[in-house]
Amino acid sequence: MSVKKKFKGLSDKAVAWLFIGPSVFLLLAINIYPLIYAIRMSFTNFYANKIGREPQFVGLKNYIKVLNKEAIWEKMQVTANFMFWTLLLQAVIGLGLALLLNRKFKGNELLTTLIVLPMMLSPAVVGVFWTYLYNPQVGLFNYVVNFFYDFGSFDMIGSSELAPWSIVIVDTWMWTPFTMLICLAGLRSVPNYLYEAAEVDRASKWQQFIYITLPSVLPFLLLALLFRGIENFKMFDMVVELTSGGPGSATELASINLKREAFEKWKTGYSSAFAVILFVTIFGFGNVYVKVMNKIKER
Amino acid sequence: MILLFVSLFTFSANSNAKSITLGWAAWDPANALQELTKEFTAETGIDVNFEFVPWPNFADRMLNELNNKGKTFDLLIGDSQWIGAGAVYGHYVKLNDFFDKEGISMNDFSPATVYAYSTWPKGSENYYALPAMGDALAWAYRKDWFDRPELKSEFKKKHGYDLGVPASWDQLYDMCTFFQGREIDGQKRYGAAINTERGSEGITMGVTAAMYAWGMEYENPNKPYDMEGYFNSPQAVEAVEFYRKLYEDCAPPGHSDAYMVANLDAYKSGQVAFQMNWYAFWPGVSKEDSDGRVSGFFANPKQNVAAATLGGQGISVVKYSDKQDLALEYIKWFARPDVQQKWWDLGGYSCHNDVLNSPSFPTSTVYAQGFLDSMGIVKDFWQEPTFVELMLPMQEAIHDYVVNGKGTAKGALDKIIEEWVEVFEADGKL
Repeated sequence: MSVKKKFKGLSDKAVAWLFIGPSVFLLLAINIYPLIYAIRMSFTNFYANKIGREPQFVGLKNYIKVLNKEAIWEKMQVTANFMFWTLLLQAVIGLGLALLLNRKFKGNELLTTLIVLPMMLSPAVVGVFWTYLYNPQVGLFNYVVNFFYDFGSFDMIGSSELAPWSIVIVDTWMWTPFTMLICLAGLRSVPNYLYEAAEVDRASKWQQFIYITLPSVLPFLLLALLFRGIENFKMFDMVVELTSGGPGSATELASINLKREAFEKWKTGYSSAFAVILFVTIFGFGNVYVKVMNKIKER
Repeated sequence: MILLFVSLFTFSANSNAKSITLGWAAWDPANALQELTKEFTAETGIDVNFEFVPWPNFADRMLNELNNKGKTFDLLIGDSQWIGAGAVYGHYVKLNDFFDKEGISMNDFSPATVYAYSTWPKGSENYYALPAMGDALAWAYRKDWFDRPELKSEFKKKHGYDLGVPASWDQLYDMCTFFQGREIDGQKRYGAAINTERGSEGITMGVTAAMYAWGMEYENPNKPYDMEGYFNSPQAVEAVEFYRKLYEDCAPPGHSDAYMVANLDAYKSGQVAFQMNWYAFWPGVSKEDSDGRVSGFFANPKQNVAAATLGGQGISVVKYSDKQDLALEYIKWFARPDVQQKWWDLGGYSCHNDVLNSPSFPTSTVYAQGFLDSMGIVKDFWQEPTFVELMLPMQEAIHDYVVNGKGTAKGALDKIIEEWVEVFEADGKL
């Protein structure tokens, strides 16, 4: 009653603002203001560690520098490779596991729990313990691989050919359960009568999968890949702990390079430009992706 | 209620007590300093809180704190390369007036350490730190394996000279390859655990140990920041190529991102005949070998010249501290010769002449003579305010060449110079 009295005289719009006000304020303070500030900084030669040195306007110089730097394109290529393989593997394995767990069998719940365990771990911890698993002398990974075929001793994180795969494997191991869970939710939402009708029409299992299961689960899978894509574009902690971006720069993702430029070299203006470019890239890709996803959903 | 009263009382008591906070890296010498500092607290009533940060995060944590003008630390034992930034950006208190007032003379400390840890601009009489922990990159070896008659004779037969402390990097390589893959006591052993770490400064500290020994100079002595032909001289190129050869032929498998602790672990677990590491770790290694049978130590071997990579730190008062007077009191106490002697006795590396020049010093530990030898030949990485910007491209390019096997040594050094020129230009030095 007292609340009613308090709000008496306030319009619905005012009450709505009252409720969303704190969230809007936080959004502006934590997201929008830093974004605008970073965009402003990206046009200056600001160094956050050079106390007393006033930033000067340099126009598009930082953007030109970032886009013309060969090393940046190498990092972008490393990031693109990492994203392509992790998303592909997580989509295929995640969907496969979801199809498996969608069947009723003894131990289904226990298996589901065991499969989702990796994604509950901290990425930094995962990075650290996989360095031990990959150790060519005592690591389990070498042992398991050599059990099937004798490759001899090989160093997953010390070789430029294998190191990119080492981070793909760990990310896939950790995050496939996420894709699997989303796909499983999709599979469980498919009405049974569709399969019953297909059975009546004598559709084979493969035809049922292609014409019923896959179209039903695809929007869910795409959503999971969108989340994973955004996460992997800014992947940092696991890779830093596992390879530090090495050997050389073989696994130095764009986000790791950005952190080094911004908070180790303190090239604030330059790294702001780099951050804006990355933001525009992911925002652009994200928008296109969402549009495609919506079209698929509408079909 | 009682709990609330007790906690309020405790809080009030703590807030009244005089205390300061000292920041350093988390390693053995820090524990020794903590032990030593108990005497300071007993004498002055000033509590000293410690915040020790693991090495891989040490620079990030401390430099962020300084750049943000943080008040967490009153005293900081910062790496030698930070002195330029500490002075130029005003993070450290200039100590000249304090030293004059308290009668602390820099002549009482080893000149190499004063130059490296305290002065900015280099070699000037502007002091921003008191030399706290002398250090250099050195080597430990498995003396017990070297003493085995069958291995000694086999080595002599193969190489024509005695298996022992290597007199050059070439000899070091011979010995490392001699042990590489050899079975000793039923276990496969390897040559050397050397620095290959990518993330912070590891591989740079390691490769420069070779580059200095080959006679590399960073710049033209007559024309500062002119690096072409100096940093990428034929000798420097040869040293980098040698370091890669050492990594490929002598490092244990998987030693591709290793620094202090990884080298120590490889050595302690009996994997390798040699380990490259800082003197700071020798008290710990030596402690586990009370009769001196297992481990021997030696300074960085000579190749063309005698030289070693400088480590170590000076202790500075943080400009943003509200307790500068208490922090200075700590420095005054720490500079006392008797405290410096205890510092050495506890496992710290004093830089005080009274300790280093004492007749008993060279024989006080098995690594003391090596330490003295090393401190006379040390060379450091750039100490410029922009040292992190200078370090990162070197880490990347050297790791890419040595560990990744990409490109050439000359190409790596040229690439580093290119990046350094850009840094110096942005800093107005070129």
